[in-house]
Amino acid sequence: MNRLQNLFANKNDNLLSIYFTAGYPELNATVDIAEALEKAGVDFLEVGFPYSDPVADGPTIQQSSEKALENGMTVNVLFEQLKDLRKRVSIPILLMGYINPMVQYGVERFCKKAAEVGVDGLIIPDLPMYEYEKLYSGCFTENNLSNIFLVTPNTSEERIRKIDDLSTGFIYLLSSSSITGSNLQVSVPIEDYYKRIKAMELKNPTIIGFGISNSSTFNKACQYANGAIVGSAFVKLLATDNYLPLIPDFIKNIKPDLSSRG
Amino acid sequence: MKYGVDEHGYYGDFGGAYIPEMLYPNVEALRKQYLQVLEDNDFKAEFDQLLKDYVGRPSPLYHAKRYSEKYGANIFFKREDLNHTGSHKINNAIGQILLAERLGKKRIIAETGAGQHGVATATVCALKGLECVVYMGEIDMARQAPNVSRMKMLGARVVPATSGSKTLKDATNEALRDWIGNPEDTHYIIGSVVGPYPYPEMVARFQSIISYETKKQLLEQTGRELPEYVLACVGGGSNAIGMFYHFLDDEEVKLIAVEAAGQGINSGHSAATTALGKDGVLHGMRTILMQTEDGQVIEPYSISAGLDYPGIGPQHAHLFKADRAQYVSATDEEALQAGLLCCQLEGIIPAIESSHALAQLEKMQFKNDDNIVICISGRGDKDLDTYIKHFGY
Ligand SMILES: Cc1ncc(COP(=O)(O)O)c(C=O)c1O
Repeated sequence: MNRLQNLFANKNDNLLSIYFTAGYPELNATVDIAEALEKAGVDFLEVGFPYSDPVADGPTIQQSSEKALENGMTVNVLFEQLKDLRKRVSIPILLMGYINPMVQYGVERFCKKAAEVGVDGLIIPDLPMYEYEKLYSGCFTENNLSNIFLVTPNTSEERIRKIDDLSTGFIYLLSSSSITGSNLQVSVPIEDYYKRIKAMELKNPTIIGFGISNSSTFNKACQYANGAIVGSAFVKLLATDNYLPLIPDFIKNIKPDLSSRG
Repeated sequence: MKYGVDEHGYYGDFGGAYIPEMLYPNVEALRKQYLQVLEDNDFKAEFDQLLKDYVGRPSPLYHAKRYSEKYGANIFFKREDLNHTGSHKINNAIGQILLAERLGKKRIIAETGAGQHGVATATVCALKGLECVVYMGEIDMARQAPNVSRMKMLGARVVPATSGSKTLKDATNEALRDWIGNPEDTHYIIGSVVGPYPYPEMVARFQSIISYETKKQLLEQTGRELPEYVLACVGGGSNAIGMFYHFLDDEEVKLIAVEAAGQGINSGHSAATTALGKDGVLHGMRTILMQTEDGQVIEPYSISAGLDYPGIGPQHAHLFKADRAQYVSATDEEALQAGLLCCQLEGIIPAIESSHALAQLEKMQFKNDDNIVICISGRGDKDLDTYIKHFGY
């Protein structure tokens, strides 16, 4: 069991995950931010490794990626930083990014290195099921990494079942077909979609992402899923001066009932 | 077809559909429906009729006598420059608009670099009365201002792509993002043989009319269907695939694809993808890609905005790896000189993209009875400023 699977074995509701881009706003901010998030009570982290052409991302995460690249973030640098991170942070960590930097690094080598530095899983939006199964699933399982697939309101039931079979961590539910940073829509058809997913009684936990920005969107998401992910809203916070002390309040605003860890 | 696509969208190791789940339903619907639509008789009839009466096909195969004399062989120009809107891009735009109409789509999006594909898309949207949004890099909008106005006159909305390097690859990202957010009513008309499967295959089929006509025209004019050499320039590679398509299985025909070397392959200002690129993934396809060691895409450079793309279509990547076609390059300077030569020997001002293909003739040795076909993918009106500035006319 990796840390992520362990987490879900012990806790299965109101899970809060935060996404941030490694190397943003400063190259060496990654570990400090991760530590602050753990202390503020976040359940697991998604650390973005930047790509020049992030098609699934809206302006906020695009700009953070651009800045991170300007700051000198690379896959190599990130793995160096993560070595230190595991001395200070113990919650599960997923890396989120696009397939091309992994292909360049060598997918097998990437997975091995990720496991070595204490990563628990990967979210690669542009790595589809067919390619994952055919080319890479071996590298993931050998290194005990969970691969996280996305599901949208337009994903067919048959496909969701297949994703459920291939998943070993959780399933990432998108609130709508959109890029990151759009607003969570809780319109009637979306409720139907969440209910439909819930009724499928999937083997894997579900976490809702894209468009979660405050306690009301978080709570809404948690009615239907095991937890939710905040991305763009947190990345926006990082654009403010002296953001580290602001992190506990940001998290408290999303989860007021949370007592922070030490 | 030996060099064709397999059921998963791969040409050898290249192709596929590396798309986020948000795009899966759109792309899957296209994959399931495009062949059915393309083989439908009503579609075929309308496609053929529009290519004939609206585009002006068949485009002539012109025996360039003075070129033939100069290079000591029989040189033919396939005149895609004479098409309506001035390039081969319209062949694909017509095909895809008819497809979009049959899929019940109400809104069309496209990306454009030089503006030729944007103009072709705006044109077919006007023809069909469909809403049209064209994404164009902010930098390209400034470089290609007349084409921006042309698109607007044709009723399109031109949206600047302000992300990344603000050129063609970023315009493509923006179009993909738009499509993610508008999965139901929108069709994305990609302008070259790039993108997730089935786009490379679909665009290749629409452009294959180029080599289909060429074979017939060669037979009529020379008594032989197969030439010794076929040449075309490569940006994403749609005119080249169209020009190669019906010759791919005739292995005795030598296929030559000319990339843009910019200021020179090793100058740091180049778009010669096969020379400089490595296996990678961009815009939903696995292909050969110009990138850093860390897998960040490198912004290419060429004087010709239409060849200024960091990748090539996956079928080209396969033809390159399988050695079925030869990939060479021409610099800005070589292309400009070849363009001027074409003006002065044949009275044809070629697009700078096409001039890259012409430049390759200087580097080849022919036998007197060799037949050579070069795709003149577009006309040079859009490039007059560049030519004039360079030569000082
Ligand atoms: C005249 C002309 N030729 C060639 C190209 C390159 O595209 P492709 O390689 O898809 O033919 C363009 C693209 O804008 C063009 O306008």
